[in-house]
Amino acid sequence: MNPKDLKYSKDHDWARVEGNVVTLGITDHAQESLGDVVFVEIPAVGATVTAGQSYGTVESVKAVSDIVAAVSGKVIAVNEAIIDAPDTLNQDPYGAGWLVRVEATDQSAMDAMMNAEEYDAYLAAEGDH
Amino acid sequence: MELKRTPIYAEHAAAKAKLIDFGGWEMPVQYAGVIEEHQTVRTKAGLFDVSHMGEIDVRGPQALELVNHWITNDVNRIADGQILYSPMCYPNGGIVDDLLVYRYSPEHIYLVVNASNTDKDFAWMQEQAQGFNAELHNVSPETAQLALQGPLAEKILQKLTNVDLSAIKYYWFRHGQIAGVECLISRTGYTGEDGFEFYFAPEKAAELWRKVLEAGKPEGIQPIGLGARDTLRFEARLPLYGNELGPEISPLEAGLGIFVKLNKPEFNGKEALAKQKEAGLSRKLVGLEMIERGIARSHYPIQKDGQDIGFVTSGSYSPTLNKNIALGLIQSDLAVLGEEMDIMIRNKPVKAKVIPTPFYKRAGV
Repeated sequence: MNPKDLKYSKDHDWARVEGNVVTLGITDHAQESLGDVVFVEIPAVGATVTAGQSYGTVESVKAVSDIVAAVSGKVIAVNEAIIDAPDTLNQDPYGAGWLVRVEATDQSAMDAMMNAEEYDAYLAAEGDH
Repeated sequence: MELKRTPIYAEHAAAKAKLIDFGGWEMPVQYAGVIEEHQTVRTKAGLFDVSHMGEIDVRGPQALELVNHWITNDVNRIADGQILYSPMCYPNGGIVDDLLVYRYSPEHIYLVVNASNTDKDFAWMQEQAQGFNAELHNVSPETAQLALQGPLAEKILQKLTNVDLSAIKYYWFRHGQIAGVECLISRTGYTGEDGFEFYFAPEKAAELWRKVLEAGKPEGIQPIGLGARDTLRFEARLPLYGNELGPEISPLEAGLGIFVKLNKPEFNGKEALAKQKEAGLSRKLVGLEMIERGIARSHYPIQKDGQDIGFVTSGSYSPTLNKNIALGLIQSDLAVLGEEMDIMIRNKPVKAKVIPTPFYKRAGV
């Protein structure tokens, strides 16, 4: 269910690498846990993000969740459509629900991220608690 | 600490509801999704398991006098068979809890209190019962409660009972059977919609839950979690203990002045509240609408020109209005319709303005 071509964090953020451009979003598990997403705050094009740090928030009716950058770099594109239709994050977290594209200056933090198989195992273990 | 569970817990778990710790209770926060459940209650009907609520039974020759000593509203103002909403205050005017008062007779009163306050309330009531000829019992463990709320609530519930529900007026109650289960049936609720709350022995709770859901299928009934319960009550400006109400907030500040009867001979908080009223309120609860993008949440500070003027008590996206709105306790002089102020969201000022409340009122009321 979680796409094979993405990297995943323990905070349930995902990253897709295409050369030095990295697309960021939140996982299906994250949207499922949050419930109906009603607000998304993401930086503007040109802003810088830092690996391991919050670059915005996703809010559902009941909860506020920080979104954490997988890489450091400059934001080169943001998903404007999601600001007006935040429920897209619930419907298509890996497609139309992407959040920002970053021109990465440092991808080293991605080494610690999981592949799809590892993330599935991580979710299964988390569910056991 | 082990979480408490209602007698309907197994139904929630089987329905794959999302469960949370709510004041020590493992309760369903959502089934299909908060927004969908919210709309179902506004347009059709929804069923809530509220068995965690506390019930306290007061009996004796001075039951009415005793309850009137505890609460700010006046049980003398209602008839037998009628229900009263009231804050319950400390002598300093701060709020212990808010509750429903069911008047069977002057010698028998039944109180419904917030789940997480039940033990605190019962201890307070016992302490405050000295010298009154009346006995009180915490009957919460022997009591299950369901709430059926929404415009189609009466139609659905009528299928399961011989009691003429149309004859039960808003804030009245009677006893009767629902699906063969002996119930206290009251026309009350916490959603801003028409509806019923019914109380009964826990042994039949799961069965009754299933039967009501079954009976309401043609009308599109859904089980509703605490998430939608909160957004529904919030739109209707029904206060929540811990948000709009608490020991540091008086019922006058919370906008509940009509439930404070200062002409009653005596009650806890009377002097303090009379003094506060005479001096004028320094803060008031207001409705707020976000002008800029952002969602206000409980406890976010509110500022005007960089100065703290109050805080958000409840804030949310409103599914009915499709707007981000809030309730805030602010300085009285700024509690004026249209007044603009800043909600501090993660240390950033986000503009909001004062708007009328309730945010939502059902048609025909």
